[in-house]
Parts: sequence; structure tokens; C-alpha cells
Amino acid sequence: MASISHDDTNAVVIVGSGAGGGTLAHELTRRGVKVVLLEAGARQSLASFSQVPGEAFAQLTWLEPRTQSGTTTVVEDYPTLPSWTAKTVGGTTVHWTAMALRARDWEVRARSTYGAIDGASLIDWPLGYKELLPYYQMAEKRMVVTRRNGNPGLPASNHFKVFHYGAKRLGYRQVHTGYMAINSRPADGRGMCIQQGFCVQGCKTGAKWSTLYTEIPRAEATGNLELRAECRALHIEHGADGRVTAVVYRDPAGNEQRQKARIVCVACNAVETTRLLLLSTSARFPNGLANSTDQVGRHFCHHTGCFVWGVFEQPIEFWRGATLAGVVLDETRHDPKRGFAGGYHLEMAALDLPSIAIAGFPQTLWGRELGFVMEHYRSMAGIYINGEDLPRSTNRITLNREVKDQFGLPVANIHVDDHPNNAAMRRHGQQQAKALFEAAGAVKVLMSRQTPATHNMCAARMSRDPNDGVVNAHGQAHEVANLFVSDGSAMSTPSSANPTLTIVALALRQADYIERQMSARAI
Amino acid sequence: MRANATMDRREFLSATGVLTGVLAAGSPLALLAPGRAWALDLGTLSGSEGAALLAAARTIAPHDGLDDAPYALVVRALDDSAARDAATLTLLRRGVTTLGAGFAAAAETERVATLRALESTPFFKSVRATTLATLYASPLVYAYFGYEGEAFSKGGYLLRGFNDLRWLPEVPLADSGPVFGAESH
Ligand SMILES: Cc1cc2nc3c(=O)[nH]c(=O)nc-3n(C[C@H](O)[C@H](O)[C@H](O)COP(=O)(O)OP(=O)(O)OC[C@H]3O[C@@H](n4cnc5c(N)ncnc54)[C@H](O)[C@@H]3O)c2cc1C
Ligand code: SF4
Repeated sequence: MASISHDDTNAVVIVGSGAGGGTLAHELTRRGVKVVLLEAGARQSLASFSQVPGEAFAQLTWLEPRTQSGTTTVVEDYPTLPSWTAKTVGGTTVHWTAMALRARDWEVRARSTYGAIDGASLIDWPLGYKELLPYYQMAEKRMVVTRRNGNPGLPASNHFKVFHYGAKRLGYRQVHTGYMAINSRPADGRGMCIQQGFCVQGCKTGAKWSTLYTEIPRAEATGNLELRAECRALHIEHGADGRVTAVVYRDPAGNEQRQKARIVCVACNAVETTRLLLLSTSARFPNGLANSTDQVGRHFCHHTGCFVWGVFEQPIEFWRGATLAGVVLDETRHDPKRGFAGGYHLEMAALDLPSIAIAGFPQTLWGRELGFVMEHYRSMAGIYINGEDLPRSTNRITLNREVKDQFGLPVANIHVDDHPNNAAMRRHGQQQAKALFEAAGAVKVLMSRQTPATHNMCAARMSRDPNDGVVNAHGQAHEVANLFVSDGSAMSTPSSANPTLTIVALALRQADYIERQMSARAI
Repeated sequence: MRANATMDRREFLSATGVLTGVLAAGSPLALLAPGRAWALDLGTLSGSEGAALLAAARTIAPHDGLDDAPYALVVRALDDSAARDAATLTLLRRGVTTLGAGFAAAAETERVATLRALESTPFFKSVRATTLATLYASPLVYAYFGYEGEAFSKGGYLLRGFNDLRWLPEVPLADSGPVFGAESH
């Protein structure tokens, strides 16, 4: 690992070591660029991952306060957890369930495809699908995604047999064990999936791609990376020319440090990315860095996510096997006849015993009905509805000055008013999931409401026009040439795909651009 | 929680409570405990408060085949949070008062009606949340629900039944994938 001086004005500073930051760090360092990677969380390892669900949650999750407001049901159901993200080296790729889907070509032209929709702030992406596709392919190679590049699919688990049977009976054509960033056979120097079902707690075989044990150690091996774990970025500074010059952070001992930088890339997962920009105020940027057009934090998207559970008479034991390895792709289309714009995925989803009642069920469930469902835990199947939600300029991440974190800084408030389009899509998805389970013989179907956001997107979005977003097609701030956004906040619209493959693809594309710009001495 | 409880003088003298119970013969929990009697010291709540909360936990998440012991863990969790935070203690104390003196001994339909009326209160929400978060997270109950917990040390389920379901047809290979290495087993 490199040792980079605090005064090195040639260093690229990346904040956040997850899907976006970890990938970017590897891409830049392997090209000889010196990178300081700041990460708020601690470094775990395959050996240190706890396999006790509650302990694992505490070990990996961002548990510092965040507040929320708006009409989404999450406000009522999960008052202290509006968003579920990780705080650890590797970020939420340690937690994730590894469904690696591409956005579709028509989704990156959402405004053109869907037209104007009341109460939505849709735009087209400032890059075409043709420009994105090669990076999806690179990302899939790098993450060893199943069903791509000749990698076999994951085998069917008991849970998938139920999911597949119901889907086929319902007439769905495209249903398989998913495009998973999980090794179906040993590859990439990592083991294969042994179907233990602890994907969310940290995969102890390393079969699941995470920057913790792929991109980050590889970046370290180049000799160009200095990872500083348990270091919290507090704000970003800029010089008289408006270019960023340094990141101020707290080291593990709690002391304030200042790392000079030639370029700063923010990859803190949309909520904290937004917060860091908003906390970086100055005379020039009184409302936050790169926020002169008042776009930072707006258009926050998080997908239409909710669970549907089927209770069966025969045993399934759905905790055995990769947690999310099953998908129906037939509903991923824009078909206004269904009563809403955009599409969704039906994803097979299991939850462990400790988590299901608290995170999977409606908060109104208790008494004999809860007892009945839980007594059928071994005969349950689950579906997660992952659909495209519509951006709204008023769905916004802001600073809540009433609530402070341990450093005395205001926490993020997440405001979300659910768009009627999201509600219509969710209802459709719930009905389809119910029909799927009933086609497979379910005796009872249970619907959850929305879950805390695990996919945080669009809050510093790419736009052609600086009045519509924060960054350009390369994630470069419209206003600050050497400031980049390198995570899901840069997505212009959320698409119906779980975001990580897109985040990685965009980070790979951004690395190419940064290298070109550095060689040209433009930044 | 202690197994094989014998009450000592301190427990009789203290203002806080103790919950006790005996595991039913043949209880799945009996395998885990050295004896069948158990006792739980409460640090803050009284014994009758603890008993009311235990009854509430049982009403919220009723499992007739489960002993009181795992529900006592819920009471312990509530007692711990009451010890940490005065506001929680007040919330629980007042809540237990609204349940009424006879709550713990009342029939289930009565307990349900009482709790139903309190459904939107912070007291109920807090007891419900703690019940769910504690009861199902206790390894004591895993076996009861069939859950197998940690699997890494046993090699996962790849060769231990992740695909042993036989009541539905097998999935065509095109929609799934081979079990790598299965040929050799
Ligand atoms: C349970 C779960 C399951 C998921 N499953 C899937 C899935 O199947 N498919 C999919 O595509 N996506 C999935 N996701 C989402 C996926 O994990 C995220 O999209 C992805 O990890 C986001 O990448 P990121 O780089 O934006 O942020 P992260 O990966 O979250 O990394 C951000 C990092 O920044 C750090 N950080 C934040 N603020 C600061 C600061 N001020 N200073 C220093 N460091 C900071 C954080 O500690 C964190 O480690 C899942 C998420 C969860 C929670
Ligand atoms: S099921 Fe597979 S991917 Fe998930 S934790 Fe286990 S080995 Fe890892």
C-alpha cells in the first residue's frame, strides 16, 4: 500500500469505498494514478463477518442518525431507518445480494419514452445507451456475472423452483436464476457459491463480488493506493478559482486532517454524497458545493421496493441458497396499458428468521395472523418488487440542522412523497406476485409496504443542462471541473434495475475520462 | 437468564422483579438448558410489570408450542432499555398501567382486544418491535421454526439440501445452472 503525503497536490481523493469508489480506486491506481481512499467504516474480512444476523447488521450498517419526512410509508414504518446502507470498507457491496442487472436502452431515455408526467422531473440521460453498453460488458466481466460471458447460471434452489413454477404457470417467459455477481464456479481467484444464504451478512466464501476483496486489494497491490479506513470526510475545500483543493476529514483518533487533492471523487452512496456536498459551504458556494443551481439532493429516487410473501403447505426452506437468485424480466417494459409508466422486476427474495418479521412484514401484523405466518416460516417464499420510481424535484435530501451527528454536523433528512405512478406500479407488481404464488399453490399471500431504501439514486444527477442536475455525462460537476460524483447519485433516472452494475459501469467510464483529462492536464 | 433457579435473598428483598418459569416436558428448549426451571432477574421493572409484558409479547407473537422462556428474553430486552433510558421506563410503566391489573391472566381474546385498542400508541409499537426483534432472533427458537442459522461452518447447503424440494418439477437447465462439482458426489 502506498503512503501518500497530506500535502500531495497530485493525489486523487476518493471518498467512499463501495461499488463506485472501490471500483474507481482500482481503475485509477492500475493506470498509475495515486489515490487516497477515505472510508468512514472499518475493514472487515471473510473471517471477521459475523453470521448472526443482528450482529452482522450492527457490524456493517450505517447506523448514525438520519431523519425523514414525506408521504412514503417508510416514514411511519421505519422512523429511524429511512435508508439502509453500509459503513464498512467495501461499502454496501459487503451487504448486497448481487443481482447485477442492466438498465434498458429505453430507460436511459426515460423522458422521451414516458413523455411529460405531472409531478415528475424526468430527463433523458446525457449519454446514449451505445456509450453505456461497453462499460456494462466490462463491469460484467470484472464482477463475473452469471449468464454473461459464458458464466453458467446459478443452480435452482428450492425457493427458485417455487418461483419458477409459479412464474411459468402465470405465462411469464423470462424467468431464471438471475444475472448474479456470484461465482457459480470458482473464478477470479475467489471461491464458488456454496448456497448458504448469508449474502446480506457478508459472504464468507467471497463468491459474491464485493470491492472489499476484489477491487480494493487489487488497487493496493498496484502500490498506488492508500486506503484510510475509519476516516470520515467532513467537508471539501476549494481555491480561489473554484476548483477543489482538499478534503477535510477526521482520522480514527478523531483528529482533523486535511488531504490535498488534484481531483476529488465523492462516492458515499447518494444520501451521504449529498450531505457531504451540502456541508461543503463557502462564500462562493453558500448552499453547498456545486449547488449554485440548487440541484444537489433533488430528484432522489429509491425504487418502488416492497416484499410479497407466499405461504405454502409444503416445506421450501428458502433461507437455504443465494438470497436473491431469481428474476422475472417480463414486466420490465414500458407499457402504459398497465396503468403506469416504466417497468419493474420481480425478484425472488428470502429473509432470515431474525429479520423477516421486523423488515419484511407490514407493521400492522401481529397476533394469530403473525403467529400463523411465522409457524410456516419453513414453507414460505418471497418476492421483492424492484421497479422504476419517478424523480420529483421536491423529493430531496437536505441537511437537518436540528439533529447532529457525533461530529456536531447536521444529519441528512430524506424527504419522499410517493408519486401516484409508483403506487400504481407497486399495486400491479403485488397483484402479479400474488398471482404467481397462487399459481404455485400458496395458501396465503402477505404484502409488505415499502422497505427502507437500499437503492439510493439520482440525488446529484447527470444532466445535459446544469439547471437539471449536478454533473455531466462523466459524473463531473457542471460547476467544478475537478469534482466528480462516482456513485448512484449520478444516475439521471433510476431505471428498473438494481443499481450496482450501473454504478460500476459508470465508475469504469469515469476512470477512462479522468485519465484522459489528467493526461491532457485539463484537470 | 439462569437455568436451575433458586431464589436468593437479594431477589426477595429487591424492589425489582424476577420472572420464573419451567420448561414443558419435551420442549425443544429443554435440550439447550441444563435443567427445566429458569429465572430472569429484572433490573428495573417489577415482577408484575414483567409478567404483563410477557403476556403482551405472547399475545403479539403467539406460538402455542413455545415456552415462556424465549418470551422472557423479550421482557429482558425491554427491561434493559428501561434501565438505559428513563423515557422508555416511563413509557413502559404507563403502558402496563393501561393494560390493567388483570391483563396477564386474562383470556387471549381479551388481551387481543386490549392491545388492539392501543395499536397506534408508542407503547404498543415499542413492545411489538422489541418482541419481534428479540423473539425470532433468539437461537433458542431457531429449531422451533425450522431455521438452521449459520451454515458456513457446515459447508453451506450446496450439498445439504438447497435443492432437495421434490413437490414441484425440476427447473430446466436453461433457466438455472449446473451444480458445479456435483458430478463427483
Ligand atoms: C441488503 C441490501 C441488498 C442489496 N442488494 C442489491 C442487489 O442485489 N443488486 C444491486 O444492484 N444492488 C443491491 N443493493 C444496493 C447496493 O449495495 C448499492 O447500490 C451499492 O453498494 C451502492 O454503491 P455506492 O458506491 O454508491 O455506495 P456504498 O457501496 O454504500 O459505499 C459508500 C461508502 O461510503 C462511505 N462513506 C459515506 N460517507 C462517508 C464520509 N463522509 N467519509 C468517508 N466515507 C464515507 C460509507 O461508509 C460506505 O462504505 C443492496 C443494498 C442492500 C442494503
Ligand atoms: S449464498 Fe452464495 S453468495 Fe450468498 S453468502 Fe452464500 S456463498 Fe456467498
